[in-house]
Amino acid sequence: MSEEVKVFGTLGSPMSCRVELALKLKGVQYEYIEEDVHKNKSPLLLKYNPVHKKIPVLLHNGKPIAESLVILEYIEETWKGNPILPEDPYEKAMARFWARFLDEKCLPALWNAAWSPENEREKAVEEACDCLKTLESTLKGKRFFGGDTVGLVDIAAIFIGFWLRVLQEATGQELLSAEKFPDLVKWTDEFVSCSVVKESLPPRERLWAFFKARVAGAMDAQTNASK
Amino acid sequence: MTGPLEQAGPEMGQNLEARTQLDVYTWYSPYVHRVAWVLKLKGIDYEFVEENLKDPNKRSPLLLNCNPVYRKIPVLIHHGKPIVESLFIIEYIDDTWKDNPILPTDPYERAMARFWASFIDERLLEGSKRVLSVKGDQLKMETKQVSDAMEVLEGMLEGKKFFGGEKIGFLDIAFGWIAIWLGAIEEAVGVEFFNRRKLPLLETWKDKFKEFHVVKDSLYPTEKLVRFFTKYRHSQLKLAAKK
Repeated sequence: MSEEVKVFGTLGSPMSCRVELALKLKGVQYEYIEEDVHKNKSPLLLKYNPVHKKIPVLLHNGKPIAESLVILEYIEETWKGNPILPEDPYEKAMARFWARFLDEKCLPALWNAAWSPENEREKAVEEACDCLKTLESTLKGKRFFGGDTVGLVDIAAIFIGFWLRVLQEATGQELLSAEKFPDLVKWTDEFVSCSVVKESLPPRERLWAFFKARVAGAMDAQTNASK
Repeated sequence: MTGPLEQAGPEMGQNLEARTQLDVYTWYSPYVHRVAWVLKLKGIDYEFVEENLKDPNKRSPLLLNCNPVYRKIPVLIHHGKPIVESLFIIEYIDDTWKDNPILPTDPYERAMARFWASFIDERLLEGSKRVLSVKGDQLKMETKQVSDAMEVLEGMLEGKKFFGGEKIGFLDIAFGWIAIWLGAIEEAVGVEFFNRRKLPLLETWKDKFKEFHVVKDSLYPTEKLVRFFTKYRHSQLKLAAKK
């Protein structure tokens, strides 16, 4: 039976990347459609995600699913090979909890720490480091958050695995240091060296250029603000 | 002081506790009611444990150990293992006690249930809290956002008795207590969310839901909620005025 699987995403978006990674991990063939979310969202995107009007959207045999974590669970329940969630209900609940923690606390804190103005930076960095500390202790020396294989939480943490290091280079601000978070840094190395993860990531130079441009823009804004 | 959510005896062997608040401080919480309803629907014996949330120093060490990240209730403890986040607790209960499933079995329907539960929490639960905290133009804006979200829910009830279909499901449980909240917030703030003319399906759904046995037993008189929200609004507006 031929299946139609499409992913509406944006190059450079970690949320979009999560979905592609999960599909690749499970060996699911799909068509990728690039969306210009900043300037020109396609009518199809607006049709398939009228509530949030955002990427990623997964379209499976004409049925759309939005919100990356919801999509990941759908992928898990639909294609059974290479499971990304544990079978045990308690372990599953924990994985969901950590994925939610990443989205609600950790990623916003990291993003905030990178871009907050001078006077708010110290507090923002402290919050970000608290989150990283919590993640570090969750990892507990395991190879992946999912144990021996990549799981839901690893996929959800892809921003930390890849984006964060590029962001740190572009801003010159180190949040994820090997001294403070050795297990987490080791995890990022392990994670991005997986071939299926490598295949799913955006080109590093483009991401770096994007962040660098944003840094320059932020500095201009600050300079202009103080004139 | 215990409310209608009476303490049930702990089931030996099951070792299940719903570590949640049971008293004057959090009887209003939608998160706790959700979990309690599901446990009751499935006929699961559990023990309610009071947590005093008003005073952070009085939170039990067990709660702090169980939920160190958010330090919030409800926490479900099963065989000594804590599970947090009301919607995840419900999924855990569904995974563990297979009778009377709350979530659908079809993966697409499950995805929809999860998506819309998240929508409900964001636009209706958080939205209604925002309505309580503002006035003037901001109030008009926040009220409109909640109303818009309710129109979306109205559309979802087309041809259905409950969000779950013939039977109460995940979304009914997720929305249920918030619907009751919204009714009380209407009175406390002087806004309208439920409009029998514009949202007839939601009106009918609300009446049926409140009559449902596990829900009926957990309801408080509306005046109690209205008083609670009036007090909350007063303190929120005072805080905003100080800034």
